[in-house]
Amino acid sequence: MRVGLDIGSTTIKCVVLNERGQVIYDTYERHGSHIAEKAQELLHRLAAEQVPGGRAHLAISGSAGMGLADGCGVPFVQEVFATRVAAKRLAPQADVVIELGGEDAKILFLSGGTEVRMNGSCAGGTGAFIDQMATLLKMSPEELNEAATHAHKTYTIASRCGVFAKSDVQPLINQGAAAGDIAASIYQAVVNQTIAGLAQGRPIKGNVLYLGGPLTFNSALRKSFDDTLELTGSCPEHSLHFVAMGAAFYADKELDLEQTAQAIAHTDLAGSYACQPPLFANKEEYEAFHARHMKASVPCVPFSAQCGPVHIGVDAGSTTVKVAVIDEDANLLFTDYRPNLGNPLPLIREVLLRLYQEHPNLQVASLTSTGYGEELVKEAFRGDNGVVETVAHFTAARHFLPDVDFIIDIGGQDMKCFKIEDGAISDIFLNEACSSGCGSFLQTFAEALGYDVKEFAALGLFADKPVDLGSRCTVFMNSSVKQAQKDGASIQNISAGLSISVVKNAIYKVIRAASPEELGRRIVVQGGTFYNEAVLRAFEKEMGVEVVRPDIAGLMGAFGAALHGKSLAKPGQKSTLLTRQELLEFSQKTQNVQCNGCTNHCQLTVNTFAGGRRLISGNRCEKPVTGKTADSDLNLYAYKQKLLAGYKPGPAVRGTIGIPMCLNMYELLPFWHAFFTSLGFAVVTSPASTRALYIKGQASIPSDTVCFPAKLAHGHIRALADAGVKTIFYPCMSYNLDEHLGDNHYNCPVVAYYPEVLAVNCPELADITFINEYVGLHRPADFKKKMTAILNKYFPGIKKGEVDRAADRGYAEYNAHMQRVRDKGQEIITTARAEGKRIIVLAGRPYHVDPEVNHGIDTLLCRHGAAVITEDSVAWHMEKFPTTVLNQWTYHSRLYAAAKYCTTQKDMDLVQLVSFGCGVDAITTDETREILHEGGKLYTQLKIDEITNLGAVNIRLRSLFAALDEKDRKEV
Amino acid sequence: MEPNYPRFTPEMKKTHTILIPNMLPLHFSMLAAALECDGYKVEVLGNCGSQVAQLGLKYVHNDTCYPALLVIGQFLDALQSGQYDLEHTALLITQTGGGCRASNYIHLLRKALHRAGYGHIPVASLNFSGLEKDSGFQLNLSIGRKAIAAIFYGDLIMALRNQTSPYEVNKGEAKALAEQWVETIRGWFLQDKGFTGKEMKRTFHKIAQDFAAIPVKHTPKVKVGIVGEIYVKYSPLGNNNLEEFLASQDCEVNLPGLLGFVDYCISNMGDTVRFYGGSKAGILGSEAILKYLDGFERAMGEAMRKAGFHAPARFLELRNMADGIISRGNKMGEGWLLTAEMVELVTSGYENIVCAQPFGCLPNHICGKGMISRIRAIYPNANITPIDYDPSATPVNQENRIKLMISVGKERLEEQQQTAPAAPVQEPVGHLETTLESIPGAR
Repeated sequence: MRVGLDIGSTTIKCVVLNERGQVIYDTYERHGSHIAEKAQELLHRLAAEQVPGGRAHLAISGSAGMGLADGCGVPFVQEVFATRVAAKRLAPQADVVIELGGEDAKILFLSGGTEVRMNGSCAGGTGAFIDQMATLLKMSPEELNEAATHAHKTYTIASRCGVFAKSDVQPLINQGAAAGDIAASIYQAVVNQTIAGLAQGRPIKGNVLYLGGPLTFNSALRKSFDDTLELTGSCPEHSLHFVAMGAAFYADKELDLEQTAQAIAHTDLAGSYACQPPLFANKEEYEAFHARHMKASVPCVPFSAQCGPVHIGVDAGSTTVKVAVIDEDANLLFTDYRPNLGNPLPLIREVLLRLYQEHPNLQVASLTSTGYGEELVKEAFRGDNGVVETVAHFTAARHFLPDVDFIIDIGGQDMKCFKIEDGAISDIFLNEACSSGCGSFLQTFAEALGYDVKEFAALGLFADKPVDLGSRCTVFMNSSVKQAQKDGASIQNISAGLSISVVKNAIYKVIRAASPEELGRRIVVQGGTFYNEAVLRAFEKEMGVEVVRPDIAGLMGAFGAALHGKSLAKPGQKSTLLTRQELLEFSQKTQNVQCNGCTNHCQLTVNTFAGGRRLISGNRCEKPVTGKTADSDLNLYAYKQKLLAGYKPGPAVRGTIGIPMCLNMYELLPFWHAFFTSLGFAVVTSPASTRALYIKGQASIPSDTVCFPAKLAHGHIRALADAGVKTIFYPCMSYNLDEHLGDNHYNCPVVAYYPEVLAVNCPELADITFINEYVGLHRPADFKKKMTAILNKYFPGIKKGEVDRAADRGYAEYNAHMQRVRDKGQEIITTARAEGKRIIVLAGRPYHVDPEVNHGIDTLLCRHGAAVITEDSVAWHMEKFPTTVLNQWTYHSRLYAAAKYCTTQKDMDLVQLVSFGCGVDAITTDETREILHEGGKLYTQLKIDEITNLGAVNIRLRSLFAALDEKDRKEV
Repeated sequence: MEPNYPRFTPEMKKTHTILIPNMLPLHFSMLAAALECDGYKVEVLGNCGSQVAQLGLKYVHNDTCYPALLVIGQFLDALQSGQYDLEHTALLITQTGGGCRASNYIHLLRKALHRAGYGHIPVASLNFSGLEKDSGFQLNLSIGRKAIAAIFYGDLIMALRNQTSPYEVNKGEAKALAEQWVETIRGWFLQDKGFTGKEMKRTFHKIAQDFAAIPVKHTPKVKVGIVGEIYVKYSPLGNNNLEEFLASQDCEVNLPGLLGFVDYCISNMGDTVRFYGGSKAGILGSEAILKYLDGFERAMGEAMRKAGFHAPARFLELRNMADGIISRGNKMGEGWLLTAEMVELVTSGYENIVCAQPFGCLPNHICGKGMISRIRAIYPNANITPIDYDPSATPVNQENRIKLMISVGKERLEEQQQTAPAAPVQEPVGHLETTLESIPGAR
């Protein structure tokens, strides 16, 4: 007999095969991280019930089985390999196997050159991801599948990793999108991730086999794969057990199961993981800590006889809804805190109705909303004010500690930290899409391990050796936990480790502080996550400072909103809030439509409330709301786009040259267009980037961690190929033009050499002449010579004189183009000053002009009433100046110069766009921040990726404007 | 904004102990001897452990590449250890000076030192690009020649040890011999000898013969090559003891030598002129140095082959191996060299390859991960797995992927034995040169 064990990240699977290789027994159970115990129990059971004589050929497979197998002397089979062994035997007709597990995604190409692919360490979980999303939607995985079968449409959800997707799903929930549509979109994201991440240009076709838990249990997921791959795959019998069966087939050693179980019991798995000091040395230390924090509290009083006037604050957050009611003296009359079940409105309505019911004479002076659902709540219930959440939190913290100098708020989905100087927010740190999900992560994890989150956190308080889990994103933490489980860490130590990593994430990833002195000494911590004493303690220990945690830590947003409303209220004010009757009759209808106002085709969510009031969300500009196009006069990004779109193909005397509009072409198109036009070529550019264009090219991306602007290049190549272009020109350039602002003038490695990647990975280039030679525009005389030689390889007969003339035209056009940008920049600055508008230098790279890359952040800034200019329109004002880092990339030299220039202009501030995965920006962001701070300016960084949650960006920008307003008020 | 930092001045040579991060234990130990002979007090750091990465995370931007985190963390950990007189300690860091962000390590180090309260500690830069002229490390001919000798000796000893230890009858012999030779050479360097061309050529043979004398039993093993970003490729601290792990999985490891990278940097100087124009002296100069070094490489290869070992391709051969896949204009990070090394490994029997890079390594998007599909298309036997390293990437994930690569390698090994049962079981070394010639596209 043969036995195969497959121990994965969340489940343990086992098969017993008889002599003919038939399955006579199989199991599939969650192991709740008690790996050794479960495995022993299973072996005992098999020996007693399934395997007469207790001896069988045995092998172990699975990511969590490796350490166990080594420890007890059982042969280990790598899981993908095991799948292959099983597939070859059980499904010899299969061409491709797609297997999704708890945290792994795998594709096996069986026919036409066997190849196995596994997701990289970044792409993270798939099964765990679906579970997380289901939790977020308050559904069981089965319900999620069921809901998805009734979907009418799908939304775009980032497919790269769970955390990104989460920040896309949350706004959809908050906007009231249909659960079924979200569910289907989640599955589609998994499909896109699997194909983009693993196929890497190799087509998936023929007979496709679906294996593993998620694909077995979710018919809707299989359908998504079928639809996307345009085929019908099959999910065979025992699809959950292929790995276990592969292990069983591969087992070459007959072992005694009872003895093996004993060997497992004796395997010392404990204590070999990296650990850190315990949170509390002893019980007394904990008692003192607990008592100290009990002191920070708000007076709670009952409603007065007149029932008012009261101020209501509503914080519609990402995972919870909080309501606070205060009186004129800021005493707390009433609070409510409940999980957000997707749509916050019915919950808030219920709370408001309860208030009316319990206090029939309630005199509401104001209702102020904040949080993700700020607008929705304000519109739906006719609130008085909306306030950006950062300001709400600051207002509340100031109430507890008037001279607070640092606030950190860790909520369910986001983290906000702000530094206060002279009574105004001087710096804001928000978690970027990548490190979000801290609070809810603890919860999801607790639930995955079968605990209630409070109970789970308490477990960690007295852990003796908390696991060191690092300070990265959720997905990494998942695999760190997996490793710790493997190494035998107890649930207590895992719990403590998770709490500590939440804190480290906040301090080192979000705030980027090295010591408490950098934060200030008077710190208020808040947000629901800080009710967790392990997190609170970890924070104090990590920073070496005692902090204030208000007893209403989780309600600070609502409390702050109420305080804000109070401060704005005029004496005797009566709130515009819906009356009790209106609340009773309240209704909400949600519709999803695609805006056809422009090429962005925003997905709009239209909420219609009783009485015909409407709220449109999901829009990037005012067009669907006011019918007017956003004013692009004061937007240099829009001007640049217009300039670039103006380069149309000339006559094709010698032929046609295609140019992909990606990366540095956003700046060099004027040069190459003039150059090739002068030589008699018609220059055709690829169309404007769209989501569809990106998806078309995504299958040939070899590295899933490269920046999004580079990934887009694959789509542009594909688009040119589809347009029938036969020659594409996209040169490699180690060096950029020298603008004498830095020590050197390199391009970053990706901009410099991405054509090399395209050349060998894009299958469509096989029938195209792809000219990706190395050229250097920084040495004009040499360029003319070298370029003549290069061109003659492809177009014999081009004379040096012609190239000389063409190059001169190119340089002239390039210079003219840059001058136009500078002139327009100056014009915008002048107009903005005349109109008293703020000027924002939206600093990035030339390719950030692409709306698909910048996600319309430029227009968003304009909507906030600011004028937007680019870094290259002001950098030329500066001379080269010393920096603390090596200033060797042309684009980044401009960034430093622009930052420096901003510090000389009172009404000018800089917002830096950073593409996720841009390694160079790990260096530039700190330097830019320092330059700005030294000049007394705020630094704002917006991290953008394939998909960017504009909601978070909006909060960031509104906070910035609120801080700037506050600063101006101080100065007056 | 703190452009004022302490310079490393020539006087400090006498007064300061210079700390050097450890990348290649064998090589760096001999390099240290080269510096010591010239009067420097140096120490190659050996500290490791989780606090190294933690300190790095604390003082360096977390999205910076992993090697920077580790190197800076290792320095800070050493400074905090209390073992050094902080008034008389300096740090030495290398700078490649290309368009990769690695050229910024020294600046990140200075920033980190400043933030950690060690702003007074001078940092010297070791580079060949004319950066940091006022804090440059004063290299002279004597040190330079010994450094070159150390690289050759290190590459040779590393290669011979790796080819011997998986097959040795008495476990540990090759490792001990390697350490013994390093000690011997260190002793020579301290006496200012052992680095002339004549001495080197003679010693190459002695070393090779010594390794050949170790009793071995050749059984078929999965042969794995390691390529990648230079720090995580070599440093056990950076790659979670990759070499050791592969050895524990019964593999023979081939770690292409450090000389390749040095030659690559020299070669790029000439190529930059070829691609973009400039003084022809750049081409002539770099070619002359390469030719000079090639002489030693030939001697080294000959010594290896004579003793029955496999000799890797010489740089001047290696240089053309990536033709048709990636251009030699690709010169940031490890650039075309990485691609060429993969081709060299695949065509010389090491078809299983770990391509190691820090998470988010910019040049490797191009020359590493970006080129794998093309290499597979040309050499279907290539079995390459890219592995990312970063402070939070867990060994279990990495090892799992490497095990997958090994499983495939093992299966192929078994298939080969089944299809060619008549062939003598071993004698793998020595004969590879001929196979190399017979593989289409290998040259």
